[in-house]
Amino acid sequence: MKLPYLPNHDEPSFFDFLSQHYPGLTLGRTGAGPLGNLQDPSRAGGPLSVPHATTVLAIKYQQGVVIAGDRRATEGFQIADRRIEKVFKIDDYSAMAIAGAAGPCIEMAKLFQTELEHYEKLEGMPLSCEGKANKLGQMVKANLPMVFQGLVVMPLYVGYDLKRGEGRIFKYDITGGRYEESDYHAIGSGGKDARNTMREHFQRQLPEAEALTLALMSLYNAADDDVGTGGPDLVRGIYPTAKYVTAQGIADVPDDRIRAVFDGLIATRRSKES
Amino acid sequence: MPMPYYVSPEQMMQDKAEYAKKGIAKGRSSIAMEYADGVLFTADNPSASLHKISEVYDNIAFAGAGKYSEFENLRKAGIRHADLKGFMYSREDVTARSLANGYSQSLGTIFSQEMKPLEVEILVVQVGTNGQPNEIYRISFDGSIIDEKSVAVIGGKSEAVLAALKEKATGQLPSLKAALSFCVSALDQTPNQKLTPEGLEVAVLERSRPGRKFRRLTPAEVRQLLSA
Repeated sequence: MKLPYLPNHDEPSFFDFLSQHYPGLTLGRTGAGPLGNLQDPSRAGGPLSVPHATTVLAIKYQQGVVIAGDRRATEGFQIADRRIEKVFKIDDYSAMAIAGAAGPCIEMAKLFQTELEHYEKLEGMPLSCEGKANKLGQMVKANLPMVFQGLVVMPLYVGYDLKRGEGRIFKYDITGGRYEESDYHAIGSGGKDARNTMREHFQRQLPEAEALTLALMSLYNAADDDVGTGGPDLVRGIYPTAKYVTAQGIADVPDDRIRAVFDGLIATRRSKES
Repeated sequence: MPMPYYVSPEQMMQDKAEYAKKGIAKGRSSIAMEYADGVLFTADNPSASLHKISEVYDNIAFAGAGKYSEFENLRKAGIRHADLKGFMYSREDVTARSLANGYSQSLGTIFSQEMKPLEVEILVVQVGTNGQPNEIYRISFDGSIIDEKSVAVIGGKSEAVLAALKEKATGQLPSLKAALSFCVSALDQTPNQKLTPEGLEVAVLERSRPGRKFRRLTPAEVRQLLSA
């Protein structure tokens, strides 16, 4: 049945609906845009290099997963924004963190939020955790043409799987490949530094407080070694953000809690210096 | 060449309207009723999975009566319209008024241009927040749109149900419990067997909920509200 004046479409995916009927609003528009004919500078020097100044990470613990990210956005050697949020609540049981070009990243998070809500309303039930992770992979894949123009979107997806009763972490590559991580993961320019810290201190079934401390310590170490990652800004009172993903849903970690953990970390570092 | 029979436009419209009305009256009724903290939806629906009431957006819900396949299609188109608008502009720009207009245009065009009109009657309801009033739009098979106050009934013997509800109206907004028992007793007078909580589809648009305000009530909750 065709309905005049209302959008006609058959599948429950909002992303597919946009791609078919409103291609200008979706990710990864192909064709010769204004950037289409430019020589890609990142390919001139050999293999594709991926700019992604950020550190975001996720760690599994007893009740679920803690997901955290720094707050810095850069433009070349300039700081573009000190307060940007890189960790998004997507629905009641999932969150994602992003690394890459800020504009497309935020757009993808918004599109993914709409996608999951749209599916839930049309079908009368939410997608499974696995289904959500796969859908995000397809969206990353759709963005591939933009990657060659330097606009990378690299998500880290965390969902609470109600059927299995556990939190799950998924990482992606630029072609949309989806890989599940069993314990922890970090992405972005400081991701390697953060992973090193987590590798040293991670244990299975950490209690909540220790998982949060480890997450923030890893971000702190990443900010120490990586110019693209922002550390705690004591003067302005800007701290990284974190969320818990558990069976009870998504909960923001309160600012004063994060500040207290950083105060502890800084005091420890300072005592080593004197 | 054979000449087509002449049918006057009045006759044609009348026939179509009669056909649609008959189809809608065959089904069972659904009610949308304002209560103190939002809007309550009650539908006589024996199926637990084929819904007549649905969430559309943050503070907007949809109820359909008549042919399931047809109002289901309208429901999906409405959700698409709302999600598209919310994505393109902002969540607060999605309004029941614009959605009701879209439905009205679609139903009106189909009624006048297609052989078979849609045998549906739908409700588009928005719960008002920050002191705004609730909005209840009833849209008929021919695209006519009626801005209802306090209560609206669609499908089945809607006039009898509405009359029963009007009798009980006190002029004040009832509590959820009272509103639900009004609706159930009004629905109960028409069918031959008694309605059970399992045979009811109940949902609310709750003003106090943050974000998405639509919530379905389980049979257990309905039983508790009706018994206590």
